[in-house]
Amino acid sequence: MKAYALAIALGAFAFAASPAVAQQQSIVVASTTSTQDSGLFGHILPLFKTASGIDVKVVAQGTGQALETGRRGDADVVFVHAKPQEEKFVADGYGVKRFNVMYNDFVLIGPKSDPAKVRGGKDIIAALKSVQASAAPFVSRGDKSGTHSAELALWKAAGLDPASAKAPWYREIGQGMGAALNTSGAMGAYVLSDRATWLSFKNKDALELLVEGDARLFNQYGIILVNPARHPSVKVTAGQAFIDWIISKPGQDSINGYKINGAQLFFANADNAAR
Amino acid sequence: MDETSAFQLILSGDPQLLAIVKLSLAVTLAATLIAGVLGLSLGACLALTQFPGRQGLVIALNALMGLPPVVVGLLVFLALSRSGPLGFLGLLFTPQAMIIAQTILITPIIAALSRQVIEDFWAEYKDEFTAMDVPGAMRVRALLWDARFSLVTILLAGFGRAAAEVGAVMIVGGNIEGFTRVMTTSIALETSKGDLPLAISLGIILIAIMFCVNALAWGVRQWSVRHAG
Repeated sequence: MKAYALAIALGAFAFAASPAVAQQQSIVVASTTSTQDSGLFGHILPLFKTASGIDVKVVAQGTGQALETGRRGDADVVFVHAKPQEEKFVADGYGVKRFNVMYNDFVLIGPKSDPAKVRGGKDIIAALKSVQASAAPFVSRGDKSGTHSAELALWKAAGLDPASAKAPWYREIGQGMGAALNTSGAMGAYVLSDRATWLSFKNKDALELLVEGDARLFNQYGIILVNPARHPSVKVTAGQAFIDWIISKPGQDSINGYKINGAQLFFANADNAAR
Repeated sequence: MDETSAFQLILSGDPQLLAIVKLSLAVTLAATLIAGVLGLSLGACLALTQFPGRQGLVIALNALMGLPPVVVGLLVFLALSRSGPLGFLGLLFTPQAMIIAQTILITPIIAALSRQVIEDFWAEYKDEFTAMDVPGAMRVRALLWDARFSLVTILLAGFGRAAAEVGAVMIVGGNIEGFTRVMTTSIALETSKGDLPLAISLGIILIAIMFCVNALAWGVRQWSVRHAG
């Protein structure tokens, strides 16, 4: 009994002492599930660490939640994809300045049986109208993420509002992109996804990419330093170093260099990058 | 992939996986230790003392055994956030924050169960202690010692609850790779990436670890039963 307690105590104390070692330069980046689940961070962060010696700790959330994390001062940098929300974040004084980083696009995913007959279409608005007309199930993120905002904007452009109408075929699940794809696969539903998460998603099963290539499906990512005037705890130097690196040529090249099965997932488009 | 891949994962000794397993055990052991000290003291106090409002406290403690992890996570998050009362500590998104959340989650479980166990022993020993005029401190020691096997089982229940929990550590730890990612948050992450075989493999490993910890506790118990005569 005593030996048992002693073992636990030793383990606990050894652990309590250890985090001091990890207290080197590190920043917290609040980002989205798409950048993490697609494996982009796993590819670019080691390169940044080599270049700068700074550890980047990524907390992957939906864009809405990531911005809230920044607002509360719990992250040094936010790296998200919903431009209107990002601009409001800066305008409200929570962020210093917003930089474009990269883009990819959204795609409409659906069941292989395609009850709404949208396969191969290039017009996302027409496709959404068909989905509505067929009353085939549609899974919405429902979590104020960047993808959710984009989806709501597309429904609005189509002159439809299934979320407010509480249409029985429109199912808000309030979860991340991966969970939304898993759910869609299980219920044979349509779902709007960012291309990167779709490409790296491993449980495609009965799902298929049905509509892509509409200019309205453009998906821009931006990066913002949390305002140190609001939260003095923000690590300004290290945070800005990460932003400067990701919009520099080496950072932009590393984004373009990330591929899955030969397909590029994100396209760097920082304004000042020498390319 | 199937169950064999879980064993391949373990046998391959993947350093990332080992780090995740180590962190999970360290966080949960630390939380169990702290909650054990707090919970057993509280349980013993409640079992052996009488004061107005005691019944209410006992009921409240029993109710808190059903504390939803996600609510604990949210409360700890709000407290530790930079905008919260304890924000200056800078503990959000660290393993320490996860220990705090798990400690809050399992302290009521350990306190409520140990109160019941110690109270039952007390009912049995009461007359003897009174007749022999045993002093208070010695009574507590004797009760805790004689109840030790039940109390270890209670600690294991707390350990199990903390190790299996995902909602709270996800919120306060942030599931940061190489820093606050533990077994349960890895399983949630791999599920959301659609890598269900890997998620299942990690789940099997978690269950295997729980089995080993409980087997170890069982072994210690057998050993001490034999040596205590």
